[in-house]
Amino acid sequence: MDFRLTTADEAFRDEVVTFLDEAVTPEMRAKNYRGDHLRHDERVAWFAQLNARGWMAPGWPKAFGGAAWTPIQRMIFDEACSKAWAPAGISPGVVMLGPILIAYGSAAQQAHYLPRILSGEDWWCQGYSEPGSGSDLASLQTRAEREGAGYVVNGQKIWITQAHVSTMMFALVRTSTGQTKQAGISFLLIDMTSPGITVRPIRTLNNEAEICEVFLDNVRVPVENLVGTEGDGWTYATQLLEHERSAVGNINRARASLDRVRDIAGAQRRGSATLLADPVFAERLARLEIRLEAARFMQLRAVSDAEAGQRPGRESSLLKIVGSELSQEIAHLAMTAAGYAAIEQSSNETRNYFDSRKLSIFSGSNEIQRNIVAKRILGL
Amino acid sequence: VDFSLTPEQALIRASVERFVADSYAAPQREAIAASDDGFSREHWATFADLGWLRLLAAEDDDGFGGGALETMIVMEAFGAGLVAEPFVPSVVMASTMLAGAPGATAAQLRAEAAAGTRLLAIAYAEAEAGYDPAAVSTRARRQGDAFVVDGQKIAVPFGASIDTLLVSARTAEPDATRAGVTMLAIDARAAGIERRDYVTYDARRASDVTLDGVVVPITSVIGAVDDGLPLLDAALDRGTAAVCAEAVGAMGVLLRDTVGYLQSRSQFGRPIGTFQALQHRAVDMLVQLELARAITTHAAAAVDAGADDERRRAVAAAKVHVADSARTIGESAMQLHGAIGITEELAIGAYVKRLAVIEREYGDPAFALGRYVHAAGRG
Repeated sequence: MDFRLTTADEAFRDEVVTFLDEAVTPEMRAKNYRGDHLRHDERVAWFAQLNARGWMAPGWPKAFGGAAWTPIQRMIFDEACSKAWAPAGISPGVVMLGPILIAYGSAAQQAHYLPRILSGEDWWCQGYSEPGSGSDLASLQTRAEREGAGYVVNGQKIWITQAHVSTMMFALVRTSTGQTKQAGISFLLIDMTSPGITVRPIRTLNNEAEICEVFLDNVRVPVENLVGTEGDGWTYATQLLEHERSAVGNINRARASLDRVRDIAGAQRRGSATLLADPVFAERLARLEIRLEAARFMQLRAVSDAEAGQRPGRESSLLKIVGSELSQEIAHLAMTAAGYAAIEQSSNETRNYFDSRKLSIFSGSNEIQRNIVAKRILGL
Repeated sequence: VDFSLTPEQALIRASVERFVADSYAAPQREAIAASDDGFSREHWATFADLGWLRLLAAEDDDGFGGGALETMIVMEAFGAGLVAEPFVPSVVMASTMLAGAPGATAAQLRAEAAAGTRLLAIAYAEAEAGYDPAAVSTRARRQGDAFVVDGQKIAVPFGASIDTLLVSARTAEPDATRAGVTMLAIDARAAGIERRDYVTYDARRASDVTLDGVVVPITSVIGAVDDGLPLLDAALDRGTAAVCAEAVGAMGVLLRDTVGYLQSRSQFGRPIGTFQALQHRAVDMLVQLELARAITTHAAAAVDAGADDERRRAVAAAKVHVADSARTIGESAMQLHGAIGITEELAIGAYVKRLAVIEREYGDPAFALGRYVHAAGRG
């Protein structure tokens, strides 16, 4: 057992930190620190910088233009980004679609789409959920019927992050009704500029409208946009969710958010001291710091296991539960630390609190994660 | 970063697990609990033979040179088997405290402890001190070449069987640099010592010890006069980290047994493990177990790294978390078993009792939380 970074890993970290010093402007840092959502052009500009450095796709193999980082390098990068208040997350095309195209896409699809994901020419959104198919995703109804050289897609998708700025959508559609709900689901790549697509942003409690509803009305999709085999889309998608899940655990971001809670509380005068010295507040803060430390070491262990060649599947659900619930607690503590200022409609802390509620709902609600853990890990 | 065991660590684990499997089935454990000592001297001799009593001794002291990570490995297996022998008080805490102390007395005690012929325990807790090791009212007055010790210590583990007590005593008022506490090695059968022995809730043993004019030669000082608190502080952190690992082992068994019960018990015509409310509670047990294991490993690494502040902070954090996790897991195990979960019929009863005692050992979570906040520089 040795929990230190190797010299090579430390050198890598220094390289990342140096890059971030340059790349994250004070303005962007301030925005991320407050929790403001970035404008799409700001996000695109950030990813262009990553791409120029060859760091756009941390986990992809080199042959496809990825950085091919080890799990530890990816963790180091993520940690450094959180610490520097760089924009959160990886582009959805990189983290969710890329691995599937690399594993199951045709050579033509790989050659066409992967470079466009890296360059930012395409911006992808994920078309999975439907009004009647949330946690029970496999019950989805959007139909794709074969007609000539393509499919005609009809249906409705919902809870699609950034659909309004996306140029492409990867979607699960029903191509046949099979023996099980899962059979007959196919994985399609849909051009968002196709006729018949209507996007309606939905306002959320954080006063943003980043999540959208997408209506598909006789949308024509060429057959070469089918990924893998018709009817096998469910298998590809569940694998996708696993990748997504390990990305949304967000434990490094939670750590930075807790730094911010300390900043806020340290600036709140309470007589001759600050809120940090208030025993009730101090206890709540300490408990969250402690949980975070445990979560961080749990993540480190998962990374070390991944380094040793194990897939992230086993622990990704646990880390998603732990990371999301912790982030939500921290968001609530930040709102608490803000005091009366949190009642203002323009309060960052209150907005961030409401924003954090999504963490236990999306990419498989925490109840679904618990079902998965009960079945796959505990054998119940 | 590497969480895998070294070959030596894997060997220790295999050897301890084999011992537990061979010697610590429930009937054997119960027989040991009912014995006079509350632990097995035969097993203690085995520990000596296997070299476990030298696990933490330096290599040039004929030891294995292990640290907190090796302790963690041993204690997790001990926790899974509810091993009662006083490994934490004697080996992890007392012997290691002596290892940092010069002088012939310390060397001799250390050698006899490693050979298994002398049992040691630190006597630090006092009735009015809460869990604070610095709140010492036991006094040691200098008299020629000796100290005369008066006071009372409580909750000395296996006090009736201990040969030498390492007692914290006040020798001066605290000042800016030193707490005025001195550690003294005192023969447990010295004149002026009285004990009240009792059985603890986990079927182990402890004693309250009264010292009335006990005369101790000056050669019995462990470390420096007036400056024994740092030694005690470090020993308590080692002990705390060790019982956290013990708790992780015990919690693992509780989860395993509870899942087994959920699979085998049927109600309404199907295994109760198919009910979602129960599944989710079991998953929360697993989440707590994994978090407790993670923070315990983190604490062990901090103990080995050796920086005092970080060690204090990390160990206190582990104690807070592990105690919380132990409550969640223990209470869920009882609840998910239903009525039989609160009886002596199943092994889980012995585990939840042990966890309730561990919650308090070397400082309860409220004390640990205060220590954490202090070590983090906030009050």
